[in-house]
Amino acid sequence: MTGAEPPGVRRAVADAHRREWAAVLAATVRVARHLDIAEECVQDAYVTALGAWTRSGVPANPGAWLTVVARRNALDAVRRAAALRTRLPLLAEAEAVEMGYPDEHAVPDDRLRLIFMCCHPALSEPARVALTLRLVCGLGAGDIAAVFLVPETTMLARITRAKKKIAAAHIPFGVPERADLPERLDAVLAVLHLLFTAGHTAPSGPSLTRTDLARRAVDLATVLLDLMPGEREVHGLLALLMVNHARRATRTDPAGRLLLLEEQDRSRWDRPAIAAAHRHVVAAMRGGRPGRYALQAAIAALHATAPTYADTDWPQVLELYDELRRAWPSPVVALNRVVAVAMVHGPDVALAGLDELERGGELAAYHYLPAVRAELLRRLGRDREAAACYRRALDLADNEAERAFLARRHDETAGPGAGGRSG
Amino acid sequence: MPQYAVLIYEKEIPVADIPADVMAANLAAPAKIAEMGARIVSEQALAPASTATTIRTGGVVTDGPFIEAKEAFAGIFVIEARDLDQAIAVGRLLPIMEGGVEIRPLLEM
Repeated sequence: MTGAEPPGVRRAVADAHRREWAAVLAATVRVARHLDIAEECVQDAYVTALGAWTRSGVPANPGAWLTVVARRNALDAVRRAAALRTRLPLLAEAEAVEMGYPDEHAVPDDRLRLIFMCCHPALSEPARVALTLRLVCGLGAGDIAAVFLVPETTMLARITRAKKKIAAAHIPFGVPERADLPERLDAVLAVLHLLFTAGHTAPSGPSLTRTDLARRAVDLATVLLDLMPGEREVHGLLALLMVNHARRATRTDPAGRLLLLEEQDRSRWDRPAIAAAHRHVVAAMRGGRPGRYALQAAIAALHATAPTYADTDWPQVLELYDELRRAWPSPVVALNRVVAVAMVHGPDVALAGLDELERGGELAAYHYLPAVRAELLRRLGRDREAAACYRRALDLADNEAERAFLARRHDETAGPGAGGRSG
Repeated sequence: MPQYAVLIYEKEIPVADIPADVMAANLAAPAKIAEMGARIVSEQALAPASTATTIRTGGVVTDGPFIEAKEAFAGIFVIEARDLDQAIAVGRLLPIMEGGVEIRPLLEM
């Protein structure tokens, strides 16, 4: 790179990097049959593009141009490797390599294969997330490390280890068979959801949202839906991410403090995005028992379309939570359901439900558990007990914005008038 | 095709006490494995862990298995499969009562 390229060319290359990386890499893996070589060939193709596009203009289809160059690089690399008789562990890929202009229809399938490979359940979940960001999004190890607050060397080691396992254990570059699809698709959806939550509520650190990462997750879910338009849970996940992303501008105040759903300025929510998400909710809920993402999206959509927090259709929210608990029996769901119970039947009924949940013990280290109890106690005017619960929640929370919120509530309830409402 | 070791860990019970359905599933597995296009290279069942002898660093000989566990290492298959997904499908055919199955790729020499 000389730095002398016109800004238009640099922008075109950057755009192509964001939009086409996964497709180009996926098509190249098929030729290179080795992840590291494929990645190197794709990187080289982007460098070549800077010079070539400066000389001859940006091609009409940058993705196809990059794919042809990257695959040619890969074929050269494979020939060199064969000549050297090196024994590189190959990706499990039985089909013969066909060269030439990439088939328009084969490319999206390859991208799907790449996603399924990166999200294979034989890899640890952190490895799946890191690999997806590295291989499907083309992010550097340094950027991924920064997002997850681990040293770059740690992230690099995690990615390298995962790639080695893919090669040594022959994790296939392929779409799973029909019988395995539901389980395997669940793993893919979980990775995208995890990516989004990591961006939506950074687990620790000073800022609550990492919009970039959340947007990547929305983009990936959109791509996945393009590739698997018939899968209702993909509609569900995309809807869920879109609705939550539509509220991103209002989740904190200008000082970076966390705002609760009831405190957020609903006029600043992204209405067109919420409307678009709603269409996916309908597609996800239609035709048989809805899955967990469909139900979560339906709940989020009810909140997003309610005029105020109090005027939310709480009985409907509670019904959806009951259904969600059947589809996905998770203690976190049960905890969120308690909030809906409080709105429909009152905080004292909700407290009884919370006692039952606390006896289960599964949420002992989860700061939302004491935070929800504190909120219910506060509403009942039992400030002294509420303050103690906010204190417990503070001990468990890592995110600065969430801690600031809990500390504020603690100070309100633990004030000089503790024991009654001091206002 | 790559080869995998399929290591079986299972609670130890006398052969006579193995439930009929578990026995039947065991006997049916080889045909099903062949049917899916994978191949059993070799298979061995081990005598109970109580019969094991361990030699540790320095040559000290002791009674018992190297690793004491509730589920003992009970047997090993070496299979040839298309990829990890097929190896996992083979592993799932083996009836497990309380333990688990570990799948390890063999080093390719």
